[in-house]
Amino acid sequence: MGKYIVKRVLLAVVTLWLVATITFILMNMVPGGPFLAEKAPSEATLKALNEKYGLDQPLTVQYKNYMTRLLKGDMGPSLKQRGRTVNQIISAGFKVSARVGGISVLVALVVGVTLGSIAAMNRGKWIDNVIIVVSTCGIAVPSFVVSTVLMLIFSVKLKLLPTYGLSSPLHYIMPVLALSFYPTSYITRLMRSSMLEVLGQDYMRTARAKGLSQFKTLFKHALRNAILPVVTYLGPLLAYTLTGSFVVEKIFTIPGLGNDFISSITNRDYMLIMGTTIFLAALLITMNLVVDIAYKLIDPRIKLK
Amino acid sequence: MGKTLVDIKNLRVSFFTPAGEVKAINDVSLKMEEGEVHGIVGESGSGKSVTAYSLMGLIPYPGRIIGGTIDFNGHRINDMTEIEMREIRGNEVSIIFQDPMTSLNPVYTIGNQIMEVILLHTDKDKKQAYDRAVELLTLVGINEPKKRMKQYPHELSGGMRQRVMIAIALACEPKLLIADEPTTALDVTIQAQILELMIELKQKIGMSIIMITHDLGIVANMCQKIAVMYAGKIVEYGTADEIFYNPKHEYTKGLLRSLPRLTDKEHRKLIPIEGTPVDMLNPPAGCPFAPRCSSCMKICLGRMPEYTHLSETHYSACWLLQKEEFERRGQEA
Amino acid sequence: MTKEKNPLSLQLDVSDFLPADNEEKQSLVVMRQSVSFWRDGLRRFRKNKIAMTSLVIIILTMIFAFIGPVFYPYTYEQQIRGSENLAPMQYSETELALKAQGEKVFPHILGTDSLGRDTMVRLMMGSRVSLLVGIVASVLVLLIGSIYGAVAGYFGGKVDLIMMRIVDIIYTVPDILIIILLMVTLKYPLENLANTVPGFAWINTIGVGLICIFIVFSLLYWVGMARIVRSQILMLKEQEFVTAAKALGASHRRIIRKHLLTNCMGTLIVTTTLQIPSSIFTESFLSFIGIGVAAPMPSLGSMASQAINGISSYPYRLLAPAIMISLIILSFNLIGDGLRDAFDPKLKD
Repeated sequence: MGKYIVKRVLLAVVTLWLVATITFILMNMVPGGPFLAEKAPSEATLKALNEKYGLDQPLTVQYKNYMTRLLKGDMGPSLKQRGRTVNQIISAGFKVSARVGGISVLVALVVGVTLGSIAAMNRGKWIDNVIIVVSTCGIAVPSFVVSTVLMLIFSVKLKLLPTYGLSSPLHYIMPVLALSFYPTSYITRLMRSSMLEVLGQDYMRTARAKGLSQFKTLFKHALRNAILPVVTYLGPLLAYTLTGSFVVEKIFTIPGLGNDFISSITNRDYMLIMGTTIFLAALLITMNLVVDIAYKLIDPRIKLK
Repeated sequence: MGKTLVDIKNLRVSFFTPAGEVKAINDVSLKMEEGEVHGIVGESGSGKSVTAYSLMGLIPYPGRIIGGTIDFNGHRINDMTEIEMREIRGNEVSIIFQDPMTSLNPVYTIGNQIMEVILLHTDKDKKQAYDRAVELLTLVGINEPKKRMKQYPHELSGGMRQRVMIAIALACEPKLLIADEPTTALDVTIQAQILELMIELKQKIGMSIIMITHDLGIVANMCQKIAVMYAGKIVEYGTADEIFYNPKHEYTKGLLRSLPRLTDKEHRKLIPIEGTPVDMLNPPAGCPFAPRCSSCMKICLGRMPEYTHLSETHYSACWLLQKEEFERRGQEA
Repeated sequence: MTKEKNPLSLQLDVSDFLPADNEEKQSLVVMRQSVSFWRDGLRRFRKNKIAMTSLVIIILTMIFAFIGPVFYPYTYEQQIRGSENLAPMQYSETELALKAQGEKVFPHILGTDSLGRDTMVRLMMGSRVSLLVGIVASVLVLLIGSIYGAVAGYFGGKVDLIMMRIVDIIYTVPDILIIILLMVTLKYPLENLANTVPGFAWINTIGVGLICIFIVFSLLYWVGMARIVRSQILMLKEQEFVTAAKALGASHRRIIRKHLLTNCMGTLIVTTTLQIPSSIFTESFLSFIGIGVAAPMPSLGSMASQAINGISSYPYRLLAPAIMISLIILSFNLIGDGLRDAFDPKLKD
């Protein structure tokens, strides 16, 4: 078990380093590099930049500086948002995104597990068929479609919900719905097939033979086993929520990290692009690591290897 | 003469699948007294397990009892509600299944799974249930019981797991233990141990056992009475002696013939029963064994044979026996 | 002599007790024909109404996307003055005037956008882009992934170890982030290449955006396929080894190889088919946030993105690409599911 953790942590570190390096290389492929792209700064600014960031040095030295700065946690200034550092932008944006994203993940898990279980327990009946149809369609609809259609129905036509910002709980409804639509559908399907498999297992029969009620056998015996595949999905779930936030935040004008990232791309704010990429990558890689290790701990069949 | 424990009369069970109605059990009757060990022998699909499940009200969907009555320990099983059934499952009647690895929940400890049934049916508290569980583990011959309580199913060997299943089944001292192919998934040497254990426990606790198996060798030693099932019907029923030394049904004879014997002096080819089992979606109108029977007559294909009683305890469903009757009556007329 | 009451309704006859012959017995035995793996799978697929319907939808969509623009009188980049922001089937004043003069003016079936471009033909071109990306990307993934995986699985040992470590790292990298970065930055060197080095001018014809997408997919998305192929090859290897060890006749080995290969093929077909909607999903996502194919070439994603501005007045401009992309993805998903059900030996639902 310990060996496994070490291996995985090592993999995570190597990958993160790789991401940082790739980001650096790519950013410098842009003509003029990340600091100077498309805009010729004034003499004074150029001198200051050169001093601080060694822009007149060869690339290898710049790379070393860049990595050192990263390790210290400094991601430099934003090019387009004057006066703010990338760090500031990221921490402000992340708070917002984390809130919306966190709620979406929760919704996806709770609703998905519940619907999937209901479908499995009522296999073949109309509720199962309805759930299958809805969830199959759900995984085919991209998040931007869900967002825009929701906006069309609830904001434009019905005028029930607001279209931008996060100033009230009402504002959260559509973004969360849009962000959690695909994961909920996916988890529903996953849970359904997992639960079906579990329901057919012999130990369910044993539980009934002991005299346990349907309810208890489901909750105690079935759920604990059926939910394991969903735990493995947590990693991809977080990744999807993250990328989904790019779209959802843009459409609903939410001041989150996703929106910052997308704007930085259109604005060519390369410092922000770099910083956000590395931050998000670090976040994802760490979360995946945590989830993988947690899964190994939860399943006793693997834990004791 | 003991008290009647089990009385199944003319049981019919069908599974209503999308492909059609599968008549799993077709008029089966069985009577058992306290303290007896009965065997139900048959191949896969013969209906032997379903008979046992009916007794516990555990017929899986889409199966249903569509005829007959089941009496157990003073209860009319087919009239009972689910809540009433839960009271007696694991309590008055228990069952152990074929594959102990898949029959135990892999994510809970052994201790948890044994204590579960104790806490369910008795008013012991957790500590008492724990002690009782340890006691049971010792009873079924598992060493270091306290250590085992904390272990998970995959940490135990096949034989030990089956012992745990037995411990769970016996936890509430049931009147009847149903063993559905308990040794099929185990090594031969372990098989013998488990069977010995069951006989030993029967004598200690004084319970009755229904042994379900496809292996005639097992029932020879243990069972007083044996029912041979084929395609949802009991084709022959008798005491162990009657079945082994005086089998009357061609299927029973076939099963006995196919057993390899240690005492064979020369090399002999194994004698299987020719043919394939019956398609239970479209069972034939006549005797289900007819296509595989070497003595098949024209009437066997068209009409279901009635039971011929050969003694108070021995009966069989075969036209051959009826033939003798018929000829005899014909001569008398 | 009193006869016992005969429980049978019919009288028994002596002839009833004559032995039955084999023919009569055989009539009760039902034997099923054995079918080849492919034919069985195809038959099962054909029976699957949902999958077949989806297949029909995809074929229709392909006709719509690839053949439609040939016959449609407008082109996707054509901006018609005076015909901006038309509703479906609406004519602009200029066009009405022309019609009054007796000229035939083909209606804008889905209206036009803010630059006077016909939405219908843009929908067709957008679908074309999506389908192209989906299929080409999946084929690339299949080729790269299966070769890589086969090599790793076949050679085993150190080669396998190193190759799989690389796979692990690529798998751990958050793909969307890198894809976005690549899309933003690859443009420059590619454009340079197209404009300066002779022989690479075709880059401009296809479009830098599309090329970027293909490169990016080829770099990152093949790892899943590689893992699957590798495990299949390992299984195959093991079987062969066992067979050799047991010294069976050559014909047996060939049979096993045939069987194993068909198992492999089944998985590959299903995985590739399911990769298509995933690729389309990604492409539309990238286009939506503005880094897909370059304007004026439409993509279903970019069309949706542009439609947001006029969402209250011109909802159809959003609905058309939205419905189209969902339909395409859903159909491919259902076809993939159908293939899996048809070729997977384990019976599921």
